[in-house]
Amino acid sequence: MATTQAHTAADHDHHDHKPHGIGRWLYATNHKDIGTMYLVFACIMFFVGGTMALIIRAELFQPGLQFVDPAFFNSMTTMHALVMIFGAVMPAWTGLANWMIPMQVGAPDMALPRLNNFSFWILPFAFTLLLATLFVPGGAPAGGWTMYPPLVLQTGDAFPFLIFAIHLMGASSILGAINVVVTVMNMRAPGVGLLNMPLFVWTWLITAYLLIATMPVLAGAVTMLLTDHFFGTTFFAASGGGDPVMFQHIFWFFGHPEVYILILPAFGIISEIIPAFSRKPLFGYGAMVYASASIAFLSFIVWAHHMFTVGMPLAGQLFFMLSTMLIAIPTGVKVFNWTATMWRGSLTFEAPMLFALSFLFLFTIGGFSGLMLAIVPADFQYQDSYFVVAHFHYVLVPGAVFAIMAAVYFWLPKWTGNMYNTALAKWHFWLSTIGVNILFFPQHFLGLAGMPRRIPDYATQFTDWNMVSSVGAFIFGFSQLMFPYIIWKCVKGGEKIGNRAWEGARGLEWELPSPAPYHSWEEAPSRELIARGAQH
Amino acid sequence: MTNEIQQQPDDDGSDGELRGSALNRANSQLTLRLALFAVGAFAFGFALVPLYSVLCTLTGYGDQTTLSEKRVVAEAPDEARLVTVEFLADLPSVGNWEFRPLKKSMQVHPGKLYEINYVAHNLTGRDTVAQAVPNVSPGQAVAYFRKTECFCFTPQNFAIDEQRPMPVRFIVDPNLPRIVDRITLSYTFYDSATLVGLR
Repeated sequence: MATTQAHTAADHDHHDHKPHGIGRWLYATNHKDIGTMYLVFACIMFFVGGTMALIIRAELFQPGLQFVDPAFFNSMTTMHALVMIFGAVMPAWTGLANWMIPMQVGAPDMALPRLNNFSFWILPFAFTLLLATLFVPGGAPAGGWTMYPPLVLQTGDAFPFLIFAIHLMGASSILGAINVVVTVMNMRAPGVGLLNMPLFVWTWLITAYLLIATMPVLAGAVTMLLTDHFFGTTFFAASGGGDPVMFQHIFWFFGHPEVYILILPAFGIISEIIPAFSRKPLFGYGAMVYASASIAFLSFIVWAHHMFTVGMPLAGQLFFMLSTMLIAIPTGVKVFNWTATMWRGSLTFEAPMLFALSFLFLFTIGGFSGLMLAIVPADFQYQDSYFVVAHFHYVLVPGAVFAIMAAVYFWLPKWTGNMYNTALAKWHFWLSTIGVNILFFPQHFLGLAGMPRRIPDYATQFTDWNMVSSVGAFIFGFSQLMFPYIIWKCVKGGEKIGNRAWEGARGLEWELPSPAPYHSWEEAPSRELIARGAQH
Repeated sequence: MTNEIQQQPDDDGSDGELRGSALNRANSQLTLRLALFAVGAFAFGFALVPLYSVLCTLTGYGDQTTLSEKRVVAEAPDEARLVTVEFLADLPSVGNWEFRPLKKSMQVHPGKLYEINYVAHNLTGRDTVAQAVPNVSPGQAVAYFRKTECFCFTPQNFAIDEQRPMPVRFIVDPNLPRIVDRITLSYTFYDSATLVGLR
């Protein structure tokens, strides 16, 4: 014992000595620092993208053109999507992975700390490029985040900025994903088996594989756009033997796995939070793992349901309709297991649990509207309408975003050592949940009534529900300001908490002191601790 | 900050877990494999382009070799069956050309030769060359829609302000699947200024 301590005395000497000043962040290799940077970046982008959303909703409050011209409106819809997907949700997941995965698998850090630094620092450059397009001649990209040619090829000077920004975001995600896979595969503490890992780690591992498999395909697709625009290739130009529909196939081959990249880590989060506040082990751990893997596999064979109306052979429509509906089965398994976990549990309703429950209900609504969209003849009516907008916002806002907030409220005490203002967090929850439903539920009605998406003006019969939706947007948008405020106050101070912030929380991260030390699990956790932390 | 919970198991890593340089080596290997996987995925994105062409040839949908090919066939009219053929004309941009079919649609008997005229008017203000790129929908009909003559087979020369009709002669193969009762023939008309490469 004494020799061990002497041996590691040097390590312990700098144990809590963090590098100071800006250098700590620029040269960061500590997973917690990098995780924090990812989360702060995601939060900033969430408000940038949210501002764009409020511009959209302000314009749509009533028919006619009030605030912005149509070209700028189209830029707003395009940029809102790109910023929220690649700037807010994906970096937030990577940030949570950085913070939690090493602590949850008993590893001292991520496997590739310098790569980790690099993959984060790419992001500010990527988004500087992207947001700079707001100020270039021709305006920001306005052809939709899906970048369909030939429309996107008409983008002005912003075009190469858009392409290179996508390249950079893709590179960042791929590097981040490689880091997660290597960490999970090689860095688990002795005794932490693959089928013993917390579900957040599992879902992130699957997500990482999806990222590595599909982000390069997107990079290829936008590279083809770039060469079509500048170097005379005709991948997507019929005048040279290409086909614009091919872009849609390649894009959605990336795009559909991408939607699971956005939601799978959320499934992991919910699978951690619901057992903690039900004071019961997760129901059907193995089924959850296999369901996640099935969803990931199926995500590769459903892409054409995004493009039923391009003119596809009947056999193709049937195949993609049925494979899409198949996804409802593993997803149903998950929803069932979460519900069964709560069955006869001792439930309490702290902020993370509230967000998780809201996720459960509202994500399921988004899942059902997704099933409606999977039906080919119905999709012919719904496609490109506000029904689609309502669908994917239900799965992404009260889905992915609520899960991120649930995760932050769940682990914030572990990160800071302080309990946040729980009353304020509940206010944040109720305003968010009520706001998000006022915002997006009426959009189902608008879509079914025939209002197309991506338009700055609309027929007068759509006015009432648009007004309701815009009111909801402002309630939701402004209530989000509470989120950074609550976090900031918690970082500054608050009621001290012990190792285990929540009575029912299980897992290795709760065996560490609060706040989590700068270097954790430098010595691997004992098997006894692992057994205590095991969730099933 | 040493805390009692971070006690190491007494045995020195003999439980088979990776430590030190072995761990570094394993990390590098896995990183390399994953990076190669990513490079492979990038290449796969480009491989989708020829794969897409193969799929188009197999299904007939948008298959330009079949669509732009002259295919002679003997007449054998099936007077009992009627199929609607619709005609579409598209321009990649408006203003420089007038381009339209003289009829919107016609009823045809499979196995019988028909002629329809498109008309093009060069408004570009210069002598130019243009090429029509055909398509047929639904995809199942592509193999059965045979053109014996078409302005889409070759590039077309146009003088300034020239306007002329351009004929298409076609036969719908009597073997056309019974499920198809409506065929759409469409042309997109590219001026040499927008035409990137002649096939």
